[in-house]
Amino acid sequence: MNTRVNSLRTGPDERGHFGIFGGRFVAETLMPLVLDLEKAYDDAKQDPAFKKEMDYHLKHFVGRPSPLYFADRLTQHFGGAKIYFKREDLNHTGAHKVNNVLGQIMLAKRMNKPRVIAETGAGMHGVATATLCAKFGLQCVVFMGSVDVARQEPNVLRMRALGAEVRPVESGSKTLKDAMNEALRDWVTNVHDTFYCIGTVAGPHPYPAMVRDFQCVIGDETKSQIMELEGRLPNTLVACIGGGSNAMGLFHPFLDDRDVEIYGVEAAGHGLDKQHAASLAGGRPGVLHGNRTYLLMNEDGQIEEAHSISAGLDYPGIGPEHSWLHEIGRVKYLSATDDEALKAFQLCSRLEGIIPALEPSHALAKLEQLAHGKPKDHIIVVNLSGRGDKDLASVAGYINQKMSA
Amino acid sequence: MSAVTRIDARFKELAGEGRAGLVTFITGGDPDYDTSLAILKSLPKAGADIIEVGVPFTDAMADGPPIQASSLRALAAGQSLKKTLAMVREFRAGDNTTPIVLMGYYNPVYIYGVEKFLKDAKEAGVDGLIVVDLPPEEDEELCLPAMKAGINFIRLATPTTDDKRLPAVLKNTSGFVYYVSIAGVSGAASPQATNVIEAVTRIKRHTNLPIAVGFGLKTPEHARAIASGADAAVVGSALVEAVRLTLDEKARATPKTVKAVTDLVSALAEGVRSARRKAAE
Repeated sequence: MNTRVNSLRTGPDERGHFGIFGGRFVAETLMPLVLDLEKAYDDAKQDPAFKKEMDYHLKHFVGRPSPLYFADRLTQHFGGAKIYFKREDLNHTGAHKVNNVLGQIMLAKRMNKPRVIAETGAGMHGVATATLCAKFGLQCVVFMGSVDVARQEPNVLRMRALGAEVRPVESGSKTLKDAMNEALRDWVTNVHDTFYCIGTVAGPHPYPAMVRDFQCVIGDETKSQIMELEGRLPNTLVACIGGGSNAMGLFHPFLDDRDVEIYGVEAAGHGLDKQHAASLAGGRPGVLHGNRTYLLMNEDGQIEEAHSISAGLDYPGIGPEHSWLHEIGRVKYLSATDDEALKAFQLCSRLEGIIPALEPSHALAKLEQLAHGKPKDHIIVVNLSGRGDKDLASVAGYINQKMSA
Repeated sequence: MSAVTRIDARFKELAGEGRAGLVTFITGGDPDYDTSLAILKSLPKAGADIIEVGVPFTDAMADGPPIQASSLRALAAGQSLKKTLAMVREFRAGDNTTPIVLMGYYNPVYIYGVEKFLKDAKEAGVDGLIVVDLPPEEDEELCLPAMKAGINFIRLATPTTDDKRLPAVLKNTSGFVYYVSIAGVSGAASPQATNVIEAVTRIKRHTNLPIAVGFGLKTPEHARAIASGADAAVVGSALVEAVRLTLDEKARATPKTVKAVTDLVSALAEGVRSARRKAAE
């Protein structure tokens, strides 16, 4: 933990607040569980054996460190800044999600909780949770909106192959938000034996801080890798944001390096004036799922349904620390539409031989703006947070639909 | 809390009568504003001692399918926090004694604006608030301002609230304590009366406030069993289900809707009233 006086890395406070954001807005039934988790996490953080075991699994099971890869053809294509990819898509299970899940499942073991529940949107967090539950011998139940079950079928099959139970959620918009509601309902019902493994930097304290800490391995590695490759820090970081865990993992270790420009990219769906999932661009502060943060809602405080082609970004909220970084201006938040993300998906696949997930395709979509016209020694790092195999069916469907329209 | 609210007065009356109370929950605006208002107005005569009016929310995280569905019905019919306050105001024009407690989630209140909400709620005749996602750790948000405004902030105690935590939960609670009888969502499993009575006894060691028990009470028999050991029994999901079962195929109210609710409330009231009589014999 950085304790410099002017550091942006010291939050949250002991009640889980990042400025006015964060907090612990949960039902009384869950409050003792959230406090237990906070205590268990604090203990684990102080325990060198926990860190040692985690490092071992990160190396041998997850396959870290992930490469920092120079994307030379994309660099040539934009004819400006030098573009690097942080290859989180090469992690075991195919996304950054596993970094956090490993930490939480080790905590579940430590707390003697035999049953783990998780919510999932794109299914990458669900797959990571199912994977580590298999590895550590825990029962796993994953809640997934029925819309997402349909559009991310490969991940549903993976979770089932790993021995997890996938429960399709039929309430509300049948996507990530509703999966999280159902997971909370399950947790409130199974308080004694169940650990709730949240997949992003949101939820009641300590989740936003804990998930961030587990994901900081992305930014920490990036820092030492870029020093080795270029002998200096990058000029620009860019990552996509749903809840914002891959972005927070990359950004956080650089927050105090004030010369590094940092960009988060929200999902603008059909466009910011239509249905989208950009909570910072189109929402305002409210309270949902245990924290205060920017949310998409109507004038009565009713939560609105988000839309993104990417199931992993299809959420009407954002992690509270992002809301804070937005308000203090340390991170700039942009957005990319479905169409822009698809174009970037195709460009990256064809120029780099890397099929990115639709989520990081939103970050890639901003390279034109961020890389083009920059000097050749301007360094950009994009968090390539996951691989796109899971998205091939929905991409094909979307393109066919566009062509026949 | 200095001022005596309608809630305090009602529990005093109940103590005088030597019986437990019946707390009924309906979702404001379910299935539409007018029907919901008609139900609300009919509840005291049917035997409700205290009325909880649910403020519908899109994401009712602590509720089971019945209350989720009733919230969505109300929202689809155009209900809002503003309209829920208007309903209370209309109810108050004809009834100045039955306590009204608004129950729901924090976001609609937060967006309405806490200060303005408390002022409007007080003026409308709201006596208490139950806000599911505001634990004592977040008391500064609404609980403390509500106390100042003379509105009871009623806290939930649950099976996971142990003796160590109870004092913190009870500290800024007023009006009554709502004991959530099961670890779970509303309208799901029914509690064992013996466990509940044990829990109520445990909470009574920490507070002089009346204790109402809810979650999973569906029938007059449940209500009677709970009422023999608590100061009030709360029924909610069963009542919103009674609404649902009378709706037409387009989820609109029918001539049976109001009566279905009042009939069930009468039966529940009979159950609750017979409990103390039994205990007193």
